[in-house]
Amino acid sequence: MKVKDEEKKMHSIISRYAFIKREQTWRFEWSDIPGGVAIAKALRTWSLSIAGILVFLLLWQATANSIDTSLGQFPGPVQVWTQVQNLADEHQRENERRVEFFERQETRNAELLAQDPNAEIRVRPYTGRPTFLDQIQTSLMTVGFGFAIAMLIAIPLGILCGLSETLYSAVNPIIQLFKPVSPLAWLPLVTMVVSALYVSESPMFEKSFITSAITVALCCLWPTVINTTVGVASVDKDLINVSRVICLPTHMHIRKIVLPSAIPLIFTGMRLSLATGWMVLIAAEMLAQNPGLGKFIWDEFQNGSSDSLGRIMVAVLVIGFIGLILDKLMLALQRRVSWDKQTVLR
Amino acid sequence: MWERACPRLRQKHKIHRGRGPLPQSAMRMERKFMQGYLEISKVGIEFNTESGNFRALQDVNLKVEKGEFISLIGHSGCGKSTVLNILAGLYQATEGGVILDGKEVNAPSPDRAVVFQNHALLPWLTVYENVELGVKQVFKDRKSKAEMAEWIDHNLALVHITHAKHKRPHEISGGMKQRVGIARCLAMQPKVLLMDEPFGALDALTRAHLQDSVMEIHAQLGTTVVMITHDVDEAVLLSDRIVMMSNGPAATIGEILSVTLPRPRNRLALAEDPDFVHARQQVLQFLYDKHKFPGAKAA
Repeated sequence: MKVKDEEKKMHSIISRYAFIKREQTWRFEWSDIPGGVAIAKALRTWSLSIAGILVFLLLWQATANSIDTSLGQFPGPVQVWTQVQNLADEHQRENERRVEFFERQETRNAELLAQDPNAEIRVRPYTGRPTFLDQIQTSLMTVGFGFAIAMLIAIPLGILCGLSETLYSAVNPIIQLFKPVSPLAWLPLVTMVVSALYVSESPMFEKSFITSAITVALCCLWPTVINTTVGVASVDKDLINVSRVICLPTHMHIRKIVLPSAIPLIFTGMRLSLATGWMVLIAAEMLAQNPGLGKFIWDEFQNGSSDSLGRIMVAVLVIGFIGLILDKLMLALQRRVSWDKQTVLR
Repeated sequence: MWERACPRLRQKHKIHRGRGPLPQSAMRMERKFMQGYLEISKVGIEFNTESGNFRALQDVNLKVEKGEFISLIGHSGCGKSTVLNILAGLYQATEGGVILDGKEVNAPSPDRAVVFQNHALLPWLTVYENVELGVKQVFKDRKSKAEMAEWIDHNLALVHITHAKHKRPHEISGGMKQRVGIARCLAMQPKVLLMDEPFGALDALTRAHLQDSVMEIHAQLGTTVVMITHDVDEAVLLSDRIVMMSNGPAATIGEILSVTLPRPRNRLALAEDPDFVHARQQVLQFLYDKHKFPGAKAA
């Protein structure tokens, strides 16, 4: 009893003093404003990221200054920024030229028609040089096409391998054998096969496009196959028993039980695949001469002007940035598709 | 003994106590009874493991009547779940076999729905959709869409879970999940409801609620139930017969105890009931005296 009284007394004293103390040393706390903790956290991550980038830029500039190549000094951030502006200007100019070209063509055709309504009109496509932005677009199309082919093969194959241990044992050695093969080794073979088989009067795609896409597909097949297999093979045993008791037919079993539980791993595989594919694409484009970022780098390298290194550096940064965006897109897609909205995806 | 187990038979043919052959109908019923509704005969199973063959069960014999509530009790690892899995058709017996309603059991089927210990609901489907999955499969050609929806709602109401119909499993409590698990099975109109430690993972209060629900449903539908349990009170409270299993390897049925307590049973009233206490005592004695925990034997 006595102890309790004592405690009460202490409590009242402490609380009185605590109140006074807080009055005295009041200062700003993030937790005092609504959502403040989240804001503080975001501020912290952002400021750290920016600090990291600044340090990197400084180191880059410092190192670049001390490297001299036969094509001049290694480009620092400032030179690279100039090249970004140059490339943007070039794109602008090229666009203007194209617009002018079509305008000229139209007026010429109109004149021709005015003179003679039966005149034969020729509409020619514009054959200007592809600009940097056009090349980015080509690269994205190529990787998208290759990735799509790969997924069309990899996901069904992975599901089958996950469902049947027999098939997995049969296919696994092949997967393991081809997984580490570099794209450059595939490329000559793919080039020859494509030129032999893809023969048509008016091809929908360039041969170089097909070659690059198939090389990308061959290399980004494996992560998805492996991850899908693991995902499908590790479906909860109780859920499989539920499906057996209900006597779900195979297609329902796959749709209702297997796919939903394997989705997280399938997406992990797809993200790895897309990253691999994007990496492989640059090499493939260099060799196949597909007019994308890879060819841009190769051409600049062959060109050997004093701007070349800066322009290549722009391409390097753009490649990194697009890779990042692609991964974020896949993540967003996964968030949409996945049933489990609780897990934190990163 | 068969008179007690089969009251309908006794009532119908009460008059026929004299000499001479039984009438045709009684003969048929008798034959059916002799067979049992669910009959496990001479079942044994051997697993091929890396360290050689392991015999889990040997010579398990059991006849279950229609509408009976059977509990399987025994120490962990004694092969109770194996028996249940054989009944479900998930495992194949190495020797012997199971006959349900005149047909041999050799594959899983909705006829023998299983309530799993950890509910095994599909986390990506709502409560309603979880039940719907089985219903759609079982009543594919027999019920219209509207009838199915009504049937699912009816079963959800049976386990008192209608209010959580559109929730996902992770949004509801453990007890509610198990209720959904039971509803999913009942909705498939099984001939036998198999329950694998259905309340093992629940707290005592939730477990009591669920036991009451199961008793209520059993009284209402007259479903034949085979339930595995660790809980002696639960076994005595719910069952018509308690099947006690000896310890493995080569486990088999040790004793069968008939619980003759009248239904409906009330857990509060029974706590003091001498019959209840006696039955409870007998099961405990079997578990702790005659077949000590396997670890104790080795020590």
